[in-house]
Amino acid sequence: MSGRKFGEVILDLKNISLSFGGVKALQDISFNVLEHEIRAIIGPNGAGKSSMLNVINGVYRPQQGDIILRGEHHANMDSYGAATAGLARTFQNIALFKGMSVLDNIMTGRNLKMKANMLQQAIWFGPAMREELEHRAKVEEIIDFLEIQHIRKTPVGRLPYGLQKRVDLARALAMEPQILLLDEPMAGMNVEEKQDMCRFILDVNDQFGTTIVLIEHDMGVVMDISDRVVVLDYGKKIGDGTPDEVRANPEVISAYLGASH
Amino acid sequence: MFYRENGQFKTSYKADQQAFAIPQDRWAIVAIVVFAFIGVPLLVDEYMFRAILVPFLILTLAALGVNILVGYCGQITLGAGASMAVGAYAAYNFMVRIDGMPALAAILLGGLMAAAAGIVFGIPSLRVRGLYLAVATLASQFFWDWAFLRIKWFTNNSSSGSVSVADINLFGWTINSPTDKYLFCLGVLVVFSVMAKNLLRGNMGRQWMAIRDMDVAATVIGIRPMYAKLTAFAVSSFYLGVAGALWGFVNLGSWEPAAFSIDRSLQLLFMVIIGGLGAISGSFFGAAFIVILPIFLNQTLPLVGSLLGLDVSIALVSHVEFIIFGSLIVFFLIVEPHGIARLWATGREKLRLWPFPH
Repeated sequence: MSGRKFGEVILDLKNISLSFGGVKALQDISFNVLEHEIRAIIGPNGAGKSSMLNVINGVYRPQQGDIILRGEHHANMDSYGAATAGLARTFQNIALFKGMSVLDNIMTGRNLKMKANMLQQAIWFGPAMREELEHRAKVEEIIDFLEIQHIRKTPVGRLPYGLQKRVDLARALAMEPQILLLDEPMAGMNVEEKQDMCRFILDVNDQFGTTIVLIEHDMGVVMDISDRVVVLDYGKKIGDGTPDEVRANPEVISAYLGASH
Repeated sequence: MFYRENGQFKTSYKADQQAFAIPQDRWAIVAIVVFAFIGVPLLVDEYMFRAILVPFLILTLAALGVNILVGYCGQITLGAGASMAVGAYAAYNFMVRIDGMPALAAILLGGLMAAAAGIVFGIPSLRVRGLYLAVATLASQFFWDWAFLRIKWFTNNSSSGSVSVADINLFGWTINSPTDKYLFCLGVLVVFSVMAKNLLRGNMGRQWMAIRDMDVAATVIGIRPMYAKLTAFAVSSFYLGVAGALWGFVNLGSWEPAAFSIDRSLQLLFMVIIGGLGAISGSFFGAAFIVILPIFLNQTLPLVGSLLGLDVSIALVSHVEFIIFGSLIVFFLIVEPHGIARLWATGREKLRLWPFPH
């Protein structure tokens, strides 16, 4: 992984705290993400990883703390604001649009870039069609990239799990995000599917220069592909650093393996 | 055998994005539309036009509106009849209050008024969904029922409470014979169906469906639920408003608020459920099923009775009609819960392979 160039800090999270009633999901968590890096968030179940991702892309609003995205404060951002700011994400339990085809799902990812108004769309011929074809060409590039040409017209509900995960990634990529958040991209996959997914994540990072923040349980995968790792446990940050540093961190070892008391 | 795509290769995205990508479909649709415009008027008598075809066309338009909202955007409504009423009464008021108002403009303005009302009564959808939303939209039904019955201004202070309009004059073409009415409604329906198809295959339709299928994921990719839901309410109410204005102006001529009661709302909802939610063709199938089947039963039951040597009274016919109609609805919903449109789609899939099983 050495030799790749990281840029400035693109996303800086400062003292984030989030609670639901009495449950403190996140307590005073700070970390940053550099441009072009692959940043992993790991931790045992219930550690607050998904909450962290939901805070970053505006699904939850933290009670305290600040989110600084490219130097701008975004603590009160909602999901629409996050989408316009160049954040895209995939979901742990796939959240595709089940009634629509693969192509339509991915095309939906481009909705922010489509500008034709309702009347133009109703007439179709003219600006709406031009725009539709333009974006179709872009979407086809993503379809080629993720090797899902053969299923583009299939309703997503009929696809096997691994392919659905890939379509979920395709939809996020269609937004041409600067930061891509992946919530357990490899959960429930077999070895081949995991290898494919790793390859896609690395390719996205490499070819498009997309910054990636991912949550993953497969330690082998995390240690192999990520540049830096944040470790959460019970809503607190217990470790932060390169995979090797994290692996050697005694607190992390005790959280994962249990400490001898 | 004849319905097959072998050897049809698309070389551009434009060819692939057509409304009917399969040439056989395209020709079939063109043939049906041409037949409807030219063939039907030559073949059918006045009774058919008045009792079946004109109501069928207008209710199809209304079902299209309901389908956009319920089938494509996933927001249930029991206020469809109210939207039709707003369209009809608004168009009526534009006609009687503004001198020289062209009827077509009044109908479209009626649709726009219905759209505005639809947006207002669609606001609860931002907070509630499902059955709760159904109850909220029911409020719009009761409100407008009450308003058109009690607020005399809406009915231009007519003493009986019913309002009537003269025959529509469209650029010198006076629409008064049943054939004229049929052709006018058919023209409107074709234009509106094409527009619906265009909206639904484009960005707008994808946003609606995204909200229907998974609203959290939709917001995360930048779809604003408020915008998507309220546009769906607006477009749906616009279609319903135009259909309501046509129902009043063309089909009835003079009408009372009862023409757009809760019965109408339920009838439209049944149409899209039986026809097929989330399919444009479903609106056509559903309207045909609900409008034509009772009349068909009404006509054929006495015939069947006389063949069996039974003396069938009119009261018995209407009872049996209800029984058969109800059981057919149940039958269709059990056989194919996704409606007749899905049966049709499955049939087409089979036809592509026929005569081979795979």
